Amino acid sequence: MHYETIIIGAGLSGLAAGIRLAYFDQSVCILERHTTIGGLNSFYRLRGRNHDVGLHAVTNFAKPGTKSGPLSKLLRQLRLSWDDFSLCEQNGSSVVFPGASLKFNNDFSLLESEVAESFPQQVDNFRRLHQFLLEFNELDLAQEAVSARKAVAEFITDPLLLDMLFCPLMFYGSARADDMDLNQFVVMYKSIFMEGFGRPFKGVRPIMKALVRKYKESGGILKLRAGVQEILLEGNRAVGVRLDDGTELTADRVLSSAGLAETSNLCKDQLPIEPSERQPGVVTFNEMIDVIDAEPADLGHDQTIIFFSETEEFHYQKPEEPCDLRSGIICSPNNFQYGEPLEEGIIRITALANHDYWLGLEEDEYRSAKQVWAEKIRETSLKYLPDYRSHILDTDSFTPRTIKRFTWHENGCVYGAPVKRLDGTTGVEQLYLCGTDQGFLGIIGSMLSGITMANNHCLMG
Amino acid sequence: MSPAEIRQVIIDILAKIAPDEDLSNLDDEKPFREQMELDSMDFLDIVMELRKLYRIQIPEEDYHNLVTMDSTVTYLTPRLKDA
Repeated sequence: MHYETIIIGAGLSGLAAGIRLAYFDQSVCILERHTTIGGLNSFYRLRGRNHDVGLHAVTNFAKPGTKSGPLSKLLRQLRLSWDDFSLCEQNGSSVVFPGASLKFNNDFSLLESEVAESFPQQVDNFRRLHQFLLEFNELDLAQEAVSARKAVAEFITDPLLLDMLFCPLMFYGSARADDMDLNQFVVMYKSIFMEGFGRPFKGVRPIMKALVRKYKESGGILKLRAGVQEILLEGNRAVGVRLDDGTELTADRVLSSAGLAETSNLCKDQLPIEPSERQPGVVTFNEMIDVIDAEPADLGHDQTIIFFSETEEFHYQKPEEPCDLRSGIICSPNNFQYGEPLEEGIIRITALANHDYWLGLEEDEYRSAKQVWAEKIRETSLKYLPDYRSHILDTDSFTPRTIKRFTWHENGCVYGAPVKRLDGTTGVEQLYLCGTDQGFLGIIGSMLSGITMANNHCLMG
Repeated sequence: MSPAEIRQVIIDILAKIAPDEDLSNLDDEKPFREQMELDSMDFLDIVMELRKLYRIQIPEEDYHNLVTMDSTVTYLTPRLKDA
């Protein structure tokens, strides 16, 4: 079978790319090894309950009808309507460090006033930083990666405020340990602090379903349980793929959301990119999900997301311990303005994790370690939450091992490789990247990654 | 197609690409960009939609003809006369 474009991976980026191509009448086939769609943002059912794999909140919130910004751009490009996502706004979130906290919501003026109150001597610096970030063109795909820490420290001279600003942005999208690419910082700053958080009442499902529906309506082919074992090259040109079951499919081009290191492996290491430039990421997480018999707000917890660090200096790296209990993210999907309550209360708590530890355990050790660390993670966060433990109905958790098992991303890594390929090229002709390792992250970012790569490499010319 | 029909085709395409825009007061002599939020991705889509609908190829060097409604209709009239 021959296709104009073969896409590896039915996550958000692959599906978004697929919609663009199928809509404009290309023959396109998405190949997904897993039994279901979604990739890093999938969903599952466990013991009678629906869960999202990764979704805390959708960033880049915009009110329906907004004419500019990433969300509006993406809906236009995919010919979807605001109703397809039906995002409800967050209640409000905060960054909590020793001795200081900053609240923020979808109205930027709250964060500005919080900075003015807690860091009066930094507020002018913060405003200058804000202006600098507004003028920065984060979508320039030709830019070189530079250190965000260095750039932002030119403005913000209080190390505590600096780390408090970095904390949520790193947690929600840095593939680099202890730093971010400046363009990524700008993307995250705008998407989290300026546009803010929203969530569909039913989580990631309606988004994924809208994408698949649109893709199939447009004539796209989706094959599940169809893992790509090898990308077939002729000289330095991609010409197709071989599946796990030996089937060969040919294509004019291949768009891979598998990750750069993973794509390189699929090409039998033939990518003409220095090995140091194509390493898998090392930043990843454990998360525990408690289902509780009460609305968190009724227990006194109405914040949407709390990003905390127990230390003034925020450590964002692979921890020595199985999980880093010095910091975390507490998210309650209940705490959005839905108009009606979710069926049950949910508390999700995330901590940095050491992938070597989690990937190396024997199966029985793994099960018990998962439980032990879920409890430790929960305990640390009780400093920031009412003690809800007597309300717990069920607990699930995931680790880097879970992520690797279902997404085949090396190291069970969430935000992909530390060195991005913003323009999506791989050095091999007709083989392009989309998704985490192209470099637009988050729910909206990953879809824009697919759209942009489809436009630039598969539609033009 | 007549120029009036072509104008309607473009209106329909714009409504698809930018459903949140009010197109009823579009000034045909003014650039689209001055009246609507359109970026380069959206312009690519005007071209792509025309290709999808009428199999017409618009080379990149001709994109400047798609600035206003009037210039777009003028450019497309000979190319879509048999469509």
